[in-house]
Amino acid sequence: MASAQATAPPVVTAVRPHRSRTVPAWVWALPPVAVLGLVFLYPLGLVVQESLAPGAYAEVLASASFRDALVTTVWLAVGATVGCLVLGFVLALIVAFVPFPGAKAVSRFIDVFLSFPSFLITLALLFVYGTVGMANGLWTGATGADAVSDGPFHFLTTPWGVLLAEITYFTPFVMRPLLAAFSQLDTAQLEVASSLGARPARIVRRVILPEVLPALAAGGSLVLVMCLNEFGIVLFTGAKGVTTLPMLVYSQAILESDYAAACVVAVVNVALSVGLYAVYRVVSRRAGA
Amino acid sequence: MTSGIRFDGVTVRYGDTTVLDALTLTVEPGEVMALLGPSGSGKTTALRTVAGFVTPSAGRVHIGDRDVTDLPPYKRGIGMVVQQYALFPHLRVDENVAFGLKARKHPRAEIPGRVAEALEMTGMGAYARRHPRELSGGQQQRVAIARALAIRPDVLLLDEPLSALDAQLRSGMLAELARLHRELPDVSILYVTHDQVEALTLADRISVMDRARLQDCGTPQELYRRPRTAFTASFVGNANLLPVRVGPDGVDLAGTALKVPVGDAAPGAAATLCVRPHLIGLGEGPNALRGRIAEVQWRGATHRLYVDVDGHRVKADVRELRDTPPLGSEVTLHFAPEDAVLLAAGVNDG
Ligand SMILES: Nc1ncnc2c1ncn2[C@@H]1O[C@H](COP(=O)(O)OP(=O)(O)OP(=O)(O)O)[C@@H](O)[C@H]1O
Ligand SMILES: [Mg+2]
Repeated sequence: MASAQATAPPVVTAVRPHRSRTVPAWVWALPPVAVLGLVFLYPLGLVVQESLAPGAYAEVLASASFRDALVTTVWLAVGATVGCLVLGFVLALIVAFVPFPGAKAVSRFIDVFLSFPSFLITLALLFVYGTVGMANGLWTGATGADAVSDGPFHFLTTPWGVLLAEITYFTPFVMRPLLAAFSQLDTAQLEVASSLGARPARIVRRVILPEVLPALAAGGSLVLVMCLNEFGIVLFTGAKGVTTLPMLVYSQAILESDYAAACVVAVVNVALSVGLYAVYRVVSRRAGA
Repeated sequence: MTSGIRFDGVTVRYGDTTVLDALTLTVEPGEVMALLGPSGSGKTTALRTVAGFVTPSAGRVHIGDRDVTDLPPYKRGIGMVVQQYALFPHLRVDENVAFGLKARKHPRAEIPGRVAEALEMTGMGAYARRHPRELSGGQQQRVAIARALAIRPDVLLLDEPLSALDAQLRSGMLAELARLHRELPDVSILYVTHDQVEALTLADRISVMDRARLQDCGTPQELYRRPRTAFTASFVGNANLLPVRVGPDGVDLAGTALKVPVGDAAPGAAATLCVRPHLIGLGEGPNALRGRIAEVQWRGATHRLYVDVDGHRVKADVRELRDTPPLGSEVTLHFAPEDAVLLAAGVNDG
């Protein structure tokens, strides 16, 4: 009985598509492939082609400015991702599990937040912590210093300012999938865990965290890739010493008109993003198996 | 070490609605107490006040001689099993069962032994290394029970543990639970169900709940043979409830004199006569009731007859009939005087 049931359904599903479909499957695949090729692959090909100019790779890869930018990009992106994961997990836990008035409003606001452009949050941080911002204004008001720019808050133009801005802006991208995952959690599991003697901290570690790990990984990898390619935040903080790969592309192409070098940096940036994404897919598939 | 459960005037309100109304009830150490009642009667709420997930608006909950009303759930030392198993999906069966022991900082070396013992007890020893998704519903529920038993709780709370299983599996699990209780005679069990068969089979005593209130409490035999309220009589065993007037040595049902023990009921008072459908026979006999067949249901071994007797519908379960009487035909029913119970309050017949 078991074997008959096990073998019967595939036969049905295998036969039906052939009968009902008269157009071969690859025809349906044509339009999306064409669009993809035209708007994405073709320009990408051009960039790669441009980057293959003689000596471009050797020159760029050997330059100190490129290596600095690569290191800065990776550590900023990794740091911001770790920060977003930690902050996002804690905030999402509070929004989802600590009953406070307005929790619904907060979780709805996160959706709105996701639609904000990244420079907006940077601009807001400038108003608060910038060289002539509110925090310095309060300081100078309190101490009677001469100029607002004499205040103690100047970190916004350092890498730490970029990190703060990226964490502030990207944390909701981690919270969104987490809140969705939390709402799918079986509250009975949390209650049983509690009745078995687990305190809240253990329930978070042993029950909630393992079950929302895929959502956390999804949010984290999204943030990582977005941070690697972030341009607006770095530009708007006006951090002089902070040159990331996208900034380097911009300065090579627009300011120095060195398109070959810009394309080399761009290709490296794309390879980095795709590579990290591939690593994430492999890791998440392992974890899911 | 044994300890029962004591509800002491436990009231739960949500806004204006009272979902548990001054519940006072004691579950003795080692006793199986069934909380039986229709949907929404407050059974789960009562159980959750013991587990600590619902805070009473008034009253106290004791486990043994501890007042646990203000204790968080993780300090109560309770085993809990719910309808949907609630196993941890990312943990193997043995890890699920070990969860409570680890949470309670049990000596590490003893954990594997305790896990194996709990799994053996529920017949799941062979499945220790599987994940919950690789088990059937019945197997998952056994693991959930093993997980609750592994911490050796004094009190076990079961909230409709068999409702998600099919009928055949349910009767098998019912026997298993009865066996488990014999093996663990010191554990007090609070068993929430809306299924009277489960309650009658398993419980030492049954508490019948309706509309947030405890209606009746007693052994299955007491509730079944001598129900104290009309609600108990109809909910447990689906009894016929007939409005009667008490006479000198019997009652009067719309002009028909019936011989039943009246106890100390005052002659002339309105009362309710309660007779179980399976204690009513077809044909002439003592306490004959004449009426017309309104409906016949075949239930395998029995036929359920609905007979209109003087405007009251009487249910009778009789041995399977070879020739079912046609609808509208006149039949006579009878019941033995000692099979009837007289309830004091008058009710509308149902
Ligand atoms: N958190 C809550 N807020 C408001 N009302 C609630 C809440 N929890 C339960 N109730 C109400 O309390 C009543 C009793 O619920 P409870 O879950 O105890 O019923 P039950 O007897 O277990 O029913 P069932 O057999 O359907 O499980 C219901 O009417 C329910 O709507
Ligand atoms: Mg319930």
